[in-house]
Amino acid sequence: MRTAFIQLAYLAASVLFILGLRSLTKPDKARRGMQFAAAGMLFAIVGTLVNHEILNYWWIAGGMVIGALLGYPLGMWVPMTAMPQRIAMALTFSALAATLVGIAEYYTALTSFAGLGRAKMAALGFEVLLGSITVGGTIVAAGKLQEVITSKPVTFKFQNVANGALFAFTLGLFAYLVIQPESPTVFYTMIGLAFLFGILLVIPIGGADMPVVVALLNSYSGLAACATGFAIDNVVLIIAGALDGASGFILSILMSKAMNRSFANVLFGAFGSQSMNTETRRAGELQVRPISVEDAAIQLAYAQLVIVVPGYGLAVAQAQHAVRELAELVEKRGGEVKYAIHPVAGRMPGHMNVLLAEANIPYDKLYDMDEINSEFERTDVVLVIGANDVVNPAARTDKSSPIYGMPILDADKARTVIVMKRSMAAGFAGIENELFYDPKTSMLFGDAKSSLTSLIGEMKSV
Amino acid sequence: MKMLEIYIFVLAAFTGFMVISRVPPLLHTPLMAATNAISGISLVGSIIMAGAQHSRMATWLGFIAVIAATTNIVGGFLIVDRMLKMFQRTTGKGKAEDGRRQAEDGKRITGAAT
Repeated sequence: MRTAFIQLAYLAASVLFILGLRSLTKPDKARRGMQFAAAGMLFAIVGTLVNHEILNYWWIAGGMVIGALLGYPLGMWVPMTAMPQRIAMALTFSALAATLVGIAEYYTALTSFAGLGRAKMAALGFEVLLGSITVGGTIVAAGKLQEVITSKPVTFKFQNVANGALFAFTLGLFAYLVIQPESPTVFYTMIGLAFLFGILLVIPIGGADMPVVVALLNSYSGLAACATGFAIDNVVLIIAGALDGASGFILSILMSKAMNRSFANVLFGAFGSQSMNTETRRAGELQVRPISVEDAAIQLAYAQLVIVVPGYGLAVAQAQHAVRELAELVEKRGGEVKYAIHPVAGRMPGHMNVLLAEANIPYDKLYDMDEINSEFERTDVVLVIGANDVVNPAARTDKSSPIYGMPILDADKARTVIVMKRSMAAGFAGIENELFYDPKTSMLFGDAKSSLTSLIGEMKSV
Repeated sequence: MKMLEIYIFVLAAFTGFMVISRVPPLLHTPLMAATNAISGISLVGSIIMAGAQHSRMATWLGFIAVIAATTNIVGGFLIVDRMLKMFQRTTGKGKAEDGRRQAEDGKRITGAAT
């Protein structure tokens, strides 16, 4: 009777999770769908609580209360601009939970009457291996995104060889464990080394490559939860873990494709450091055209179609609300404003979308690269705010450029381009952006937020 | 039992691929938050470990795992809801404008979904 209840609860949870994720295809239905998924989670928890293995509820209750107290502020009060590091941190927690359960299972099985079988050892091994790597990796990722750790790639000679050797050794320990499950020292060493490997894996990755890495770690933490399901014979864990793993995997492939770099290149290519070797061509000879706020305001006021290209700089300057205000002014004068979102703009998949949505910009004005690239030709003004590499024409033509081949936004096809930047400092790829030197491009120097605010002021009096 | 579980894993992974590849880039961030919240299902394993009284060590580990998983569930679902609340459509200004935008969107969204 109890078992039937528990199984039904798990079944309901699985179905609701899948339906919840499916509802994310359209923003309108999405919220309701995810609320159903939350209900599914509740069913699963209630179902678990009546599991006959549980003898003492105090630890559970205490843990859940503390968790809720920690989770609520993290959910409600973290600003959208800090979303990438928030997600990275959340991944740390989920991987930690899987790893700890794995350790506890191992420990318990060792001292139990039945001992530890090979199949279970294999599942536990995957669980703690993936879990520890993810814990190490996400801690570094969160640190880099929060800029507590340098967001530049940290490299040393023979790094890839060293990392590879470490990983091979760790796998070797895993193999040993499957043959001889009852070797606690090996088990704990493996966990420690995996944790170290996770850290070393993410350290050489630069800030703008983070979308790929965070997506990948998302996938690993899902797979760790999945392995937990295999270890404790819990089907809803297997299903949820598989969904999570698939999601992260798909996202990381999409991100890599959007940068036109292979997976391996992102993980092991230490992208940022390679750029030191590229010559900074032509920079000294060509001039950029600075523009005044007044002139920019006039251009915008009389534009029929304005396309805004947001980048990480927009998030840093916290200028998303100012952008909306400016867009509204343009629209009041009869112009149209669209937003071109490059897939890897920002530090996380979908980063720019969330930022702009937070500023109450309607989502039907946010366009993916493929949708909007054809519109640049008829655009009067392109406003590039805090974005750099995603509009660099060198990606199309310059074979020696590190970003060669990356699909970009065709901002250079518009009639005029206004670039808002703090200075002429290079962007993440460390290379010159040809767009800046194009005759139809003007640079509006200054912090994005203050530039936008001045623009808004000027436009009101045009 | 393990073989059956492998079948379930394979089917779930397939379903995952099918469902998630239809999520538009617009919603990728909520997707990451949502899958993270769902992976808080490991709370189920943590609860059993924290309550089964196998040993001091196991109970402690389970306890910490319960905290970590619950933090993710509570925080995760709250964040997803918060994010999804923000995505709003333009409220129609003129009938013609609206009609044109809706037609555009219809094409875009079905285009994005395939």
